[in-house]
Amino acid sequence: MTGVPLSWYLILSALLFALGVAGFLFRRNIITVFMSIELMLNAVNLSFVAFSYQLKQVNGHIFTFFVMVVAAAEAAVGLAIILTVFKNRETLNVDEVNSLKN
Amino acid sequence: MEFIVISLVKAAIVAAVLMTTLAYLQWVERKVIAHIQLRMGPSRVGPHGLLQPLADVIKLITKEDLIPPHVNKFFYLLAPFLAVTMALLSISVIPFGSEVELFGYKTWMQMTDLNVGVLFVLAVSSMGVYGIALAGWASNNKYALLGGLRSSAQMISYELPMSLAIAAPLLLANTLSLREIVQSQGDHLFAWSIFKLPAPQLISFVIFLIAGFAETNRVPFDLPEAENELVAGFHTEYSSMKFAAFFMAEYANMVTVSCMTSILFLGGWQPLFPVSLGSNFVAPALFALGGSLCLYHGLHPARRKDRYTLPVFAAIFFGIALALLAPPVARVVMPLFWFAAKAGFLLFCFIWVRGTLPRFRYDQLMGFAWKFLFPVAVLNLLVTSLLVAVF
Amino acid sequence: MLDTIFFYLFALLVVGGGILTITRSSAVHSAICLIGSLVGVAGLYLLLHAEFLFAVQIVLYIGGIMVLFLFVIMLVNLDEAARERQFNGQWWLALACVVVVGLQIAWFMRKGAGAFKLAPAAAAAASAAKGNTEAIADALFSEYLLPFEIASVLLLVAVVGSVVMAKKRI
Repeated sequence: MTGVPLSWYLILSALLFALGVAGFLFRRNIITVFMSIELMLNAVNLSFVAFSYQLKQVNGHIFTFFVMVVAAAEAAVGLAIILTVFKNRETLNVDEVNSLKN
Repeated sequence: MEFIVISLVKAAIVAAVLMTTLAYLQWVERKVIAHIQLRMGPSRVGPHGLLQPLADVIKLITKEDLIPPHVNKFFYLLAPFLAVTMALLSISVIPFGSEVELFGYKTWMQMTDLNVGVLFVLAVSSMGVYGIALAGWASNNKYALLGGLRSSAQMISYELPMSLAIAAPLLLANTLSLREIVQSQGDHLFAWSIFKLPAPQLISFVIFLIAGFAETNRVPFDLPEAENELVAGFHTEYSSMKFAAFFMAEYANMVTVSCMTSILFLGGWQPLFPVSLGSNFVAPALFALGGSLCLYHGLHPARRKDRYTLPVFAAIFFGIALALLAPPVARVVMPLFWFAAKAGFLLFCFIWVRGTLPRFRYDQLMGFAWKFLFPVAVLNLLVTSLLVAVF
Repeated sequence: MLDTIFFYLFALLVVGGGILTITRSSAVHSAICLIGSLVGVAGLYLLLHAEFLFAVQIVLYIGGIMVLFLFVIMLVNLDEAARERQFNGQWWLALACVVVVGLQIAWFMRKGAGAFKLAPAAAAAASAAKGNTEAIADALFSEYLLPFEIASVLLLVAVVGSVVMAKKRI
């Protein structure tokens, strides 16, 4: 039995999630924005696994597994979109990719 | 306390043996390639060039350690470190032999047995790509970057058929622990998972070996360091010990792939045929044969030096053969011998292929992975799972 | 005791890596720091006895997804972007949002601290003797079979989608 209480894991996960949100809102580079999303997903995974350990159930692990699968699919499509955007516009700045706005 | 001491001793032994193997593997490679090409190979330093690895190490250590001014220093220094660490890490879960009793202590000939051992090896080998990709990027050099990009694409692509090829024998073994995988295979050829009924894994054995060649960047998949188009690929800017680190990582990866192949498909430390049929006498017989060959050539020497060196080798070989006949020695050494024989044969295949095949073109390489190996591996997995489910 | 030390070590890696990820100007540096953070999360999984997820985290996230990221970063030349301003114009609004989110989570954490002492389920204790991997496989291929199949369809869609986007003419 681990001596680390559940709440510490949850606080760590909350911190990581806040960092992800901050990166997602602050950064101008699409790739870094994308990486911030990965940070958030990992924060959620961490709290899933922590709860799963505490409750002695395996369901949290399964959810984490599915989140990872979705992250993989998201990375494949997202990076393809990023490459296409870069090919067409020669920039990855989110502020300049705004042709849907007008 | 006792556990810590035993673990430390095991770690020291494994590290020492592994380092010696890596150094001499390079000597073996040069000799074998030389004989394939009808040359002599290294023969100046020591008898038959046996001290050549030592000379190479001294040369590499004393060489000037250049850091080009335009590199990204931190990642430039991190890359060889990462490559060699990840290459050596996976050895820690490889079981070399069965349980032994030495000086009253019972222990397994394995540093540690994880219950997700197979996944651990896969994970560590997938981290190895960073050493190469970062080396290519940090060198700030077009050739190096192209080499790094090629290698990361190649390693991601070949990881898929490799994992699928691993999954098939796991279905037969029903476990992820490397030790239990070996134990689930029997002590003769047709109980190894390569030929084991109901689902012989010959196809996935071949796929795993091919993907292993690609993962270790060996000929015919050595595009990341194709010298006639990319200078030296990702390690163009590296010299001295940092170059040696990449070199060592490549050989360590070869050793890991060979060990994994022999564990997953060839029964690990299990003998070729049962002990009751006399498999314990194979090793002494082989050493005696080697000894008599040396003696014969020592008596009819091709060169003058051979008159003294070869009889000495013959004496050593006969000594080993005699020692192996003693039952207490045999009990400890035989599993090790069978494991080393299988891994050694696979390592020889690596060198053999390098001496024989030309290099792939890049589109051929990718097409081969995605259009041939991947579907075949999926089909093989499907058939295996059907056979396992039915029988 | 050892658990606590390792928890702090991995937590430091996770948070430090996360902070560096969102502040470094070079995308490659960001990616490497994110990898550090992910390794920390993998270590925490190991502390939580989730060996299978530890392996999947490293194989899938670090060995797969992050290699793809690095690949794309190396393909698109970002030297120019690294010299530009890194944060966008509404950073003060964003900061306010983050502070609000953080405070909210902290407040709920504070209010609900009593609820974290969950009683462990008794029924699952027997499955602890079996490996964690077997337990996951049992649940995945019985209870969660439909989501599993849907996930495979999702992956297929992703593969087809990225191929369509990458090719000019099919």
